[in-house]
Amino acid sequence: MPELDDLYQEVILDHNKSPRNFRTMANANRKADGYNPLCGDQVTVYLKIEDGLIKDISFQGSGCAISKASASLMTAELKGKTEAQAAELFDNVHKMLTGGSNGGDGGKSVGKLAILSGVCKFPARVKCASLAWHTVNSAMKGGEGVASTE
Amino acid sequence: MKAAQEISQRDSLPGAFDIEAIRKDFPILARKVHGKPLVYLDNGATSQKPQVVIDALSRYYAEENSNIHRGVHYLSERATAAYEGAREKLRRFINAPKDQEIIFVRGTTEAINLVAQSYGRAFLKAGDEIIVSAMEHHSNIVPWQMLCEQIGAHLRVIPINHDGELVLDEYRRLLTQRTKFVSVTHVSNALGTIVPVKEIVKLAHEWGVPVMLDGAQAAPHLKIDVQDIGCDFYAFSGHKLFGPTGVGVLFGRSELLERMPPYQGGGDMISLVTFEKTHYNVLPYKFEAGTPHIAGGIGLGAAIEYLTGLNWHQVVSHEHDLLTYATDALSGIMGLKIIGTAREKTGVISFVFDHVHAHDVGTILDQEGVAVRAGHHCAMPVMQRFGVPATTLASFAFYNTREEVDVLVRAIQRVLRVFG
Repeated sequence: MPELDDLYQEVILDHNKSPRNFRTMANANRKADGYNPLCGDQVTVYLKIEDGLIKDISFQGSGCAISKASASLMTAELKGKTEAQAAELFDNVHKMLTGGSNGGDGGKSVGKLAILSGVCKFPARVKCASLAWHTVNSAMKGGEGVASTE
Repeated sequence: MKAAQEISQRDSLPGAFDIEAIRKDFPILARKVHGKPLVYLDNGATSQKPQVVIDALSRYYAEENSNIHRGVHYLSERATAAYEGAREKLRRFINAPKDQEIIFVRGTTEAINLVAQSYGRAFLKAGDEIIVSAMEHHSNIVPWQMLCEQIGAHLRVIPINHDGELVLDEYRRLLTQRTKFVSVTHVSNALGTIVPVKEIVKLAHEWGVPVMLDGAQAAPHLKIDVQDIGCDFYAFSGHKLFGPTGVGVLFGRSELLERMPPYQGGGDMISLVTFEKTHYNVLPYKFEAGTPHIAGGIGLGAAIEYLTGLNWHQVVSHEHDLLTYATDALSGIMGLKIIGTAREKTGVISFVFDHVHAHDVGTILDQEGVAVRAGHHCAMPVMQRFGVPATTLASFAFYNTREEVDVLVRAIQRVLRVFG
């Protein structure tokens, strides 16, 4: 039986209450909107990428604790990473959320994001956790776009 | 037969609404979820099924399975009689004048699409206006938007006030010579508001405008009399009415249905086919192309028979008691805000917290065995009207109890403990 404490851990509740990098970005050079059409969660991710490096990242939007905490953790993790590193992290996080693995090598490859691994026991909530990731992926790929969890 | 006898015996008990006996009719209500007794408060999404409905489905497949309206053999005659018998029960259930005005469809959504595409494309033109309300489910918005795009008509929206009631004065203002169709819900799925549909119909008919009512949320809770309401079309879904999924009903006045072109072409809806010309079948078959959901129709007939066996006056009063009890209990929870406070409501409570999202509420309630809906309830314009991204929605049926409301309240308190 899935445990509620696996889902709502202190760190997640903290990021929900005080999300990091929760702001718009006037000088962003990449931006994408993400929607979860099933529940109405909405997120906008802003990126400032220079020479393949994520100089700054922020987000805005409305959603549940899981989607907000996931977006907040994501921005904290991606700042300072290269686009290639970000793409790799996207793959690893996606695997962790959908497959139940925590990144393949004891959680190292997803870093602090391993905290989100409890989500995979709650299938109805996987899309909440992955929304920001789909959105940043779409921002990195297309500059401007709309990502959807569907 | 045994079940039917039991029902009639129960109904003959004077003044007794035997909730425990009723709950035993619904086998799923005895199960556990996450180790806790199921508290099913998601009846607006779909209702649970009594054993008589489940039996009717399996009996059809085990004993009568065959196609209808075509076989000369015994089984086909039996299946046809059962299916057409269900149509007659449904006619009586909504007090429609004629059996041929009861069209079997997949559900309310298909019924609305049928009317939009058949009536709408035949009788509306560019510049005409269609009126819906601000509390519609997406299924009573999108089919009309699609029609508007196809023919160049325009959608007009009756606003709602802060309690979630239609503003009738605005409706009066929207009705003009350009208005050619009105389609509104009878009961709002997201707010529980009961719409004064008789008044809606009367005002539209003063302009000679036909009215369709979306009865998906009304049919399980209110006594429906389409002749008393005076509407031209009425639609509802079987699965919200304690029947199977995949079957529903469109009622239409025969004068209109006769003039409307078929919605889909195929078998059963024709009387004569040549490559030069096809003659369409009579009502209701003109609108029932292809082999229908026979088991579903028969199952829905069994659900109607079950409901007819209940004392409806007691059902309504029990549901009203649940609504009042739950409204009082939830109003006492710090930080909880109820969305939808119309004077006339069915047993629906939509609520939000400032600091906890509906999804998180839904997940934690689920861990306590409480099934609710969390999200926009396929009514995004309603969410926009109230400035919330989503709500948690508890919707009651006659088999729910005050004790279940108490479990809901305790589960919400757990939510608040998790989120501080």
